Amino acid sequence: MMFVEMLRVAAQSIRANFFRAFLTMLGIIIGVAAVITMVALGTGAQRAINEQLDSLGGNVLSVRSGQGFHRGVAVQTDKLTADDVAALKRDVSSVTAIVPELSVRRQVKLGNQNRSLNIVGTTPEFADVNGFEMLYGRMITQGDVGAKRRVALLGGEVPVEFEIDPTQLIGQRLLIQGTSFEIIGIFEKKGSQMFDNQDKNVWIPISTAQYRVAGTDNLGKIGVQIAPGIDIGQAIIDVERVLRREHKIIPGARNDFNLSDRKQFLQMQQEATKIFSYLLAGIAGISLIVGGIGIMNIMLVTVTERTREIGIRKAMGATRANIMVQFLIEAMSLCIAGGIIGIILGGVASTLLANLAGWQTPVSVTAVTVAFVFSAGVGLFFGIWPASKAASLDPIAALRYE
Amino acid sequence: MDQQTDQSGQKPLIRIENLGRTYRLGETTIDALRSVDLTVQVNEYLAIMGPSGSGKTTLMNMIGLLDTPDRGEYWLNGELVSELGDSRLAKLRNREIGFVFQTFNLLNRANALHNVEMPLIYAGFGRKERLSRADHALEQVGLADRAKHRPVEMSGGQRQRVAIARALVTQPSILLADEPTGNLDSATGADIMSLFDQLQKAGQTIILVTHEASVAAHADREVHILDGTIASDTGAVVH
Repeated sequence: MMFVEMLRVAAQSIRANFFRAFLTMLGIIIGVAAVITMVALGTGAQRAINEQLDSLGGNVLSVRSGQGFHRGVAVQTDKLTADDVAALKRDVSSVTAIVPELSVRRQVKLGNQNRSLNIVGTTPEFADVNGFEMLYGRMITQGDVGAKRRVALLGGEVPVEFEIDPTQLIGQRLLIQGTSFEIIGIFEKKGSQMFDNQDKNVWIPISTAQYRVAGTDNLGKIGVQIAPGIDIGQAIIDVERVLRREHKIIPGARNDFNLSDRKQFLQMQQEATKIFSYLLAGIAGISLIVGGIGIMNIMLVTVTERTREIGIRKAMGATRANIMVQFLIEAMSLCIAGGIIGIILGGVASTLLANLAGWQTPVSVTAVTVAFVFSAGVGLFFGIWPASKAASLDPIAALRYE
Repeated sequence: MDQQTDQSGQKPLIRIENLGRTYRLGETTIDALRSVDLTVQVNEYLAIMGPSGSGKTTLMNMIGLLDTPDRGEYWLNGELVSELGDSRLAKLRNREIGFVFQTFNLLNRANALHNVEMPLIYAGFGRKERLSRADHALEQVGLADRAKHRPVEMSGGQRQRVAIARALVTQPSILLADEPTGNLDSATGADIMSLFDQLQKAGQTIILVTHEASVAAHADREVHILDGTIASDTGAVVH
């Protein structure tokens, strides 16, 4: 019963100085909204990375042709060859598949439109190793590679690029640099991964690429799939050893190729995102504490302003505990009200950001609970000192206070 | 036992023995009360008088349980209250003492009814009970029609009546008034004093603290304080 009265008095007091109370609450509002948004964004980013991780089949190492130096100037050296592929297949025991990629940029004509696209010569394992799914048609076969057939697979966005209905495309012809290719399949869209969007590529058999399109057998990239359960670090060492031997690199000299582990990279990115979101949540937490100090400040002002009221209440029979609880309720009401507004704002902000970033940014129940409890805790913690100051006022002095 | 009953065998409302209070201000000490003995019976109408600095306000604070003595003993209704802690003192202030101040000391944000209701909150009454008692108390002081007015919308005399209603609402043993007419013009002051007279006739024990002889004249007994001790006491008049 007394609690209800104290809530009423607190509400009355907040209403009496509404603008001041609102300004004081702002710190808490911003802090809570920031915590909610940051946690939601962090979770969303995590999910996006996790989805990418899931879409990678097994552990895949990428070997790319590296940079060489010619008279101190960095030049692209296309040093990966079919021999490297054969050597890796032969000498690295943990390898389950090797996918060479030979990329060149060429003019592509489909219907009556021309586009400059990436043409990638590869082998049948490409789709499995890189986690591509067929939307229509079929994958390149070993037969296509053996016979250097002029067949082409399109990335999921190529039909969009040429403004053609994908269902109509299978069996149609497209021209790559004037040479006619039969369209045998279309991949599902994969989306961009690590700054790299492959959905606008056109894939053809590796042999066709070497002899009919690029006129070279230098590979841009070799994908090496490692058997599950094999230590990726050991696999990297093995691959490096074989390639250095093949390229006759003397000990101490730099590699003329780059080795990267996409999964490891993504996991690093995941860690970084996690740390980043903790950091942001931490900063948001600090703003909550600063907000709490604001609450304490205004409560001290309130206690001073209401010294006489405290004296009157004490004379009328309020105990120290009554006064203490009353001012604590007031401080906590400010914080909780701020917390609720902050939760709503944070929810709105993370939904907006989610739509902008194309992420799923779920406002988690945990984040809301933690933010709410934390803001009530801030009210309690920063309210204690002003409240105990109020409670310990000498009633005689308080009654005389002007 | 002899400390709790007087010669007539009646239990006194207040019995103060050898009460002393010393304030320390840095190096200097001020004996606000040296040694006060005072007995007040139920339904007495008592005026405590004295010049400012005499110690009468300190004595009033002691009687009203707002201050605790350094020396001596104070029995209120047979209970030794000079040794009690905060929460028991607060409870006794709530139940036994009704304060009326020179400056009214009403809450400006609350209307008359809520001001009068306030002591009942700390007494633990439910809302319905509180409001009906507060209504009744306002009626007693003739302000039933001003219940929804705030103090700023009322005259000084009306404010003091609200304060008296607030003091009476818990049906206290003692109505303790500190210069109740000090901030009022003489006509309004006279109204307030006649209200006190009526209350005393209805059985209320009243202690006035004043330096005005005309106010003290309403009381049946005058106690003069000088330099922290009782200089004269006209003696109890028991009705």
